[in-house]
Amino acid sequence: MQGFLTLLKKELVRFWKVSFQTVAAPVLTALMYQLIFAHVMNSHGQVYPGVSYTAFLIPGLAMMSMAQNAFANSSSSLIQSKITGNIVFLLLPPLTATEFFGAYLIASIVRGLAVGAGVLLVTAGFGLPLPAHPLWMLTFAFLGSGVLGALGVIAGIWAEKFDQLAAFQNFLIMPLTFLSGVFYSINGLPPFWREASHLNPVFYMIDGFRYGFFGQADVHPALACAVVAASFLLLSSLALWLIKNGYKLRH
Amino acid sequence: MQLTGGAVSRYNCRFSLNTPATMPSAISIQAVSKRFGQLQALDAISFNVEQGEFFALLGPNGAGKTTLITTMAGLTRADSGSVRIMGNDVVTQFREARRSLGVVPQELVFDPFLTVRETLRFQSGYFGLPRNDVWIDELLHKLGLADKADANMRALSGGMKRRVMVAQALVHRPPVIVLDEPTAGVDVELRQSLWEFVRELNAAGHTIILTTHYLEEAETLCSRIAMLKNGRLIALDNMDKLLAHSARREVALKLSAALPAELEALRLRQEEGRHILQLQDLGQLENVLSILRHRNITVRELNVIETDLESVFVKMMNGVTV
Ligand SMILES: Nc1ncnc2c1ncn2[C@@H]1O[C@H](COP(=O)(O)OP(=O)(O)OP(=O)(O)O)[C@@H](O)[C@H]1O
Ligand SMILES: [Mg+2]
Repeated sequence: MQGFLTLLKKELVRFWKVSFQTVAAPVLTALMYQLIFAHVMNSHGQVYPGVSYTAFLIPGLAMMSMAQNAFANSSSSLIQSKITGNIVFLLLPPLTATEFFGAYLIASIVRGLAVGAGVLLVTAGFGLPLPAHPLWMLTFAFLGSGVLGALGVIAGIWAEKFDQLAAFQNFLIMPLTFLSGVFYSINGLPPFWREASHLNPVFYMIDGFRYGFFGQADVHPALACAVVAASFLLLSSLALWLIKNGYKLRH
Repeated sequence: MQLTGGAVSRYNCRFSLNTPATMPSAISIQAVSKRFGQLQALDAISFNVEQGEFFALLGPNGAGKTTLITTMAGLTRADSGSVRIMGNDVVTQFREARRSLGVVPQELVFDPFLTVRETLRFQSGYFGLPRNDVWIDELLHKLGLADKADANMRALSGGMKRRVMVAQALVHRPPVIVLDEPTAGVDVELRQSLWEFVRELNAAGHTIILTTHYLEEAETLCSRIAMLKNGRLIALDNMDKLLAHSARREVALKLSAALPAELEALRLRQEEGRHILQLQDLGQLENVLSILRHRNITVRELNVIETDLESVFVKMMNGVTV
């Protein structure tokens, strides 16, 4: 337990020491999306009854930023340790697979939540209401960051070079987070793309998170929650299994 | 295992002399094999290191020393066979095994985001010891790092980083300490103070296993050695036995004429006009000289070749049995 707490602390200190880059920068990026899209799409009218486009955009941007940063946290920490070789100092102590995974996961979730809170804070002035269902909102914030944090652990263990990780990020994480209904309601999409979006777990995170604020969304929050929770369990089990078997960590 | 008195008492290995049968070996390696693709890095290695020993693992580059050490540490998984540290299997009882083991890896690695003290505090925490500052301060002092405690790891010289790695390996006070070439790239002063410290640890009951390419270090420090070559164990013995075995003296002679026929049997080889003879003891030299005198052959040069670990090592690696 103490080993887990120490590793968690180290992972938190790691991103907090450079929080300008790991928290402030993504918040600024989200703010710029908000400014540009709100300006361009202002005339679009309401997405849901009583919900303007500018307000609709905010939870999506927040969740997208949480997802991307949760992924970046665990994956970049692991690949850095692997490439510099100092991962050996985590492999020599008696840490269990669960402790190892748990520390990386929770640090990712914390970074996701910090970024999410920052995005909500700076964009709230664009008309974000207080959450209609705060518990749903929090559930999706935690689970959504968790899914991407776990995926980041897997990617960090799998990748052997920075460019492999960059490929993972550019060809999987970016499309999944961008094509997830951040900028639009998927109900306005042609049928094919609507169906395709239903296969994207990030869509359910964003939709559920949005439901937490507006009490309205494209799918029922229980369904969204089930999909996100199932993704989380699946990826976590895979990550734990990889760590337990020393995949690419112990030769 | 029986340790001979002389070698052991030199460094006061108090556990070695009367080892009760129930005490587990510090390290027990059983039929460990490991392949990397086509390469057999370890080939059915078996031996034990008892508690309190000061043990050297020697061999040329690529012999498999590091692979064997990383297998002990659980960083490498053996294809077959098993390793126990203080009686605990490194795979099935990895928590106990790892708590008993401190490893200084061969590669110089560090976390560039941390200071020296942070590095040691985190390492201590991973082993479940969150409040360990007294021991950390002592380690910093012993390893000459006290004035670098708050320096960033990036700002340290290579030798200083090596010292931090030694401190990291000791931070949880492991009973078994493995040092994989700790003196590579380290200046004379640190080498001496490092060995002084390691001797103290050994005298306090810690088991020490080290690898080094400086064979004099192994010869003066260690009471027992194992030699590896191409993944195979080719020697395992007490230091003094190994040296004694090959203590058949060698003399190099440069003569005014050819070597007489009756001395041919003693000749090991010829190098640069010198005949290298092997004698049972130095007393035999008298006999050799009288034969030469008798033949009117003048001795131009005579050298007695000392056996040290290095010469034993070279012979072993060339396949000569000593
Ligand atoms: N991860 C690996 N993948 C492939 N081959 C490896 C790996 N690790 C070690 N080897 C090979 O196994 C053999 C033994 O290597 P090892 O590092 O154990 O040697 P060593 O005795 O420590 O040598 P040195 O004195 O140079 O440190 C070498 O031929 C090496 O190339
Ligand atoms: Mg080596």
